[in-house]
Amino acid sequence: MSETAQTAPPTDERVKEMSSFRKSLIRPELGGICGTILVFVFFFLTARDSGMFSPAGVMNWSVVSAQFTIIAVGACLLMIAGEFDLSVGSMIGFAGMSIALLSVSFGWPVWLAITITFVLCMAIGAFNGWLVVKTGLPSFIVTLAFLFILRGLTIFAAIATTRKTIIGGVRDVAEGDWLAPIFGGKIFTGFFQWMGDHGWIETFVRGSKAGQPVVEGIPMLIVWALGLVVFGHIVLTKTRFGNWIFAAGGDAQSARYTGVPVNRVKIIMFMFTAFCACVFATAQVMEFGSAGADRGVLKEFEAIISVVIGGALLTGGYGSVIGAALGALIFGVVQQGLFFAGVESSLFRVFLGVILLLAVILNTYIRRMITGEK
Amino acid sequence: MTKPIIQMKNIEKHFGPVIALAGVSVDVIPGECHCLLGDNGAGKSTFIKTMSGVHKATKGEIYFEGNEMNFDRPRDAMAAGISTVYQDLAMIPLMSVARNFFMGNEPTKRVAGINFFDHKLANEVTMEEMRKMGINLRGPDQAVGTLSGGERQTVAIARAVHFGAKVLILDEPTSALGVRQTANVLATVDRVRKKGIAVVFITHNVRHAMAVGDRFTVLDRGKTLGTAKRGEITPEELQDLMAGGQELATLEGSLGGTV
Ligand SMILES: Nc1ncnc2c1ncn2[C@@H]1O[C@H](COP(=O)(O)OP(=O)(O)OP(=O)(O)O)[C@@H](O)[C@H]1O
Ligand SMILES: [Mg+2]
Repeated sequence: MSETAQTAPPTDERVKEMSSFRKSLIRPELGGICGTILVFVFFFLTARDSGMFSPAGVMNWSVVSAQFTIIAVGACLLMIAGEFDLSVGSMIGFAGMSIALLSVSFGWPVWLAITITFVLCMAIGAFNGWLVVKTGLPSFIVTLAFLFILRGLTIFAAIATTRKTIIGGVRDVAEGDWLAPIFGGKIFTGFFQWMGDHGWIETFVRGSKAGQPVVEGIPMLIVWALGLVVFGHIVLTKTRFGNWIFAAGGDAQSARYTGVPVNRVKIIMFMFTAFCACVFATAQVMEFGSAGADRGVLKEFEAIISVVIGGALLTGGYGSVIGAALGALIFGVVQQGLFFAGVESSLFRVFLGVILLLAVILNTYIRRMITGEK
Repeated sequence: MTKPIIQMKNIEKHFGPVIALAGVSVDVIPGECHCLLGDNGAGKSTFIKTMSGVHKATKGEIYFEGNEMNFDRPRDAMAAGISTVYQDLAMIPLMSVARNFFMGNEPTKRVAGINFFDHKLANEVTMEEMRKMGINLRGPDQAVGTLSGGERQTVAIARAVHFGAKVLILDEPTSALGVRQTANVLATVDRVRKKGIAVVFITHNVRHAMAVGDRFTVLDRGKTLGTAKRGEITPEELQDLMAGGQELATLEGSLGGTV
């Protein structure tokens, strides 16, 4: 930067010195950062004694937030690229069912079931994207169709092959599989045991788990969430592909004129969203040991809400993965926090609606600041 | 005389029932500034878009450096060394000037085997190129949406000049510019041309065309009215051609010769 500074012209007298504080406010994550602080202060004041901030409590809302984060990262990059995917929830149900059917009902190795499911889901994501790009229809409509198609197929496949809509027994067949623990396992278990042994975290005093720490380790779900956030953030802000994502969502026509392969970018983002849904589904199936045909309902909206709270514009071209992750954190902390605080859970939806409105209003304001629109 | 770098032969372009181009032939020689002139809707933008890979010609042949060429996408044309300032600029308001400048052409830096967007280089080059065009930016991270119309146009021109290795196409690049910036752009066209780059320059301003043009092609309703060399045609003749001849003479009379 020093070179720029040397040759820099005298400062333009028409530019009011913008305070760095104000400048730092104009960023997509602003809403997410404020919201996170607010939410933590609020629950710290109201629910401190409820066990929400004990190791087990922290693990509780961390896992829920991590789930939201995983699908929010995909939805975030897709939204910045200018598209939506409303089929995420159905895709979660579909992927879970596919893994359970292939491994339990068909008796295939779990790693193969997971791999095939990932390939299948990403192929469906690519098809979604291809349809959107080729027909020029709004992705809202195309993926709404897939919301129904995938859900219907999932229920149909489950009933047709097993006459049930819930398939259990995944945990048994996953025993000893090499790929399953990547989604359902825990890490640092030794460390947590060691902390438990030293009395730094609580241990169970009775029952079959006596002596084991209440928190056994960090679930892979959280590792996936953090990994996806770091990956998504780096791709978006530090690579040329990230520039293409912004460009494709900012103005597809202009991006095409300057040589950005817009169609390819959009299709890849649909595939990435499907990948995230699949990670979510696999981790869920491994955790529950079962797949249900109704899993993932409304997840697409929760993902989109997280992304919007995180500062992304619904119209595309602007947003942040870190913001989306903060949105997911707020989402998870509030949902579980209200439970800890003993608040009627239906109020959660009221909160959700209110915060969504606030976020959208704030985002519009920020957008005006950036583009100088009136 | 050097061989043309681009030859467009009998280019036709139909948009459904609309015939935007009905057989236009133009060639462009390295080191020349070829001006395209014509009324609104004559087909100038459509014509250069078939040159830059945005549109596929319905009929006709395109030769690039002597070989038949069919650009499927702007990306192919850019890879061949053709860069364009479009009439609507192709800028994204929400993105920073530097990100816009390098959109589709991002410089990368290899760190630990991974290619990263070289933001530092992008920022420096953007500031430097903008300064050359006589515009002082607040910073490379300023969003294009906050620039004035002329500043935006200047970014688009600077970008095209930076990447135009062989052919530079400018579609009404001076329409929003002030006197100083216009002079700057015309000087840039001259400088670029002297480096042996072929320039295609669309304008409605005969004075600008006369200032830098080596050859002038006038389009009218999707057809060429002909190509003239510099010195073979007077500004008045050119003006009349552009407006379809007679009518302007009468108009001019009623406006007291101010047009
Ligand atoms: N994508 C399109 N679809 C349909 N018609 C089009 C399209 N693009 C251009 N046209 C038509 O083709 C004709 C030529 O348009 P073009 O933009 O090439 O004109 P122009 O010479 O650049 O005019 P101006 O000086 O106003 O920029 C116009 O009648 C226009 O309506
Ligand atoms: Mg035009």
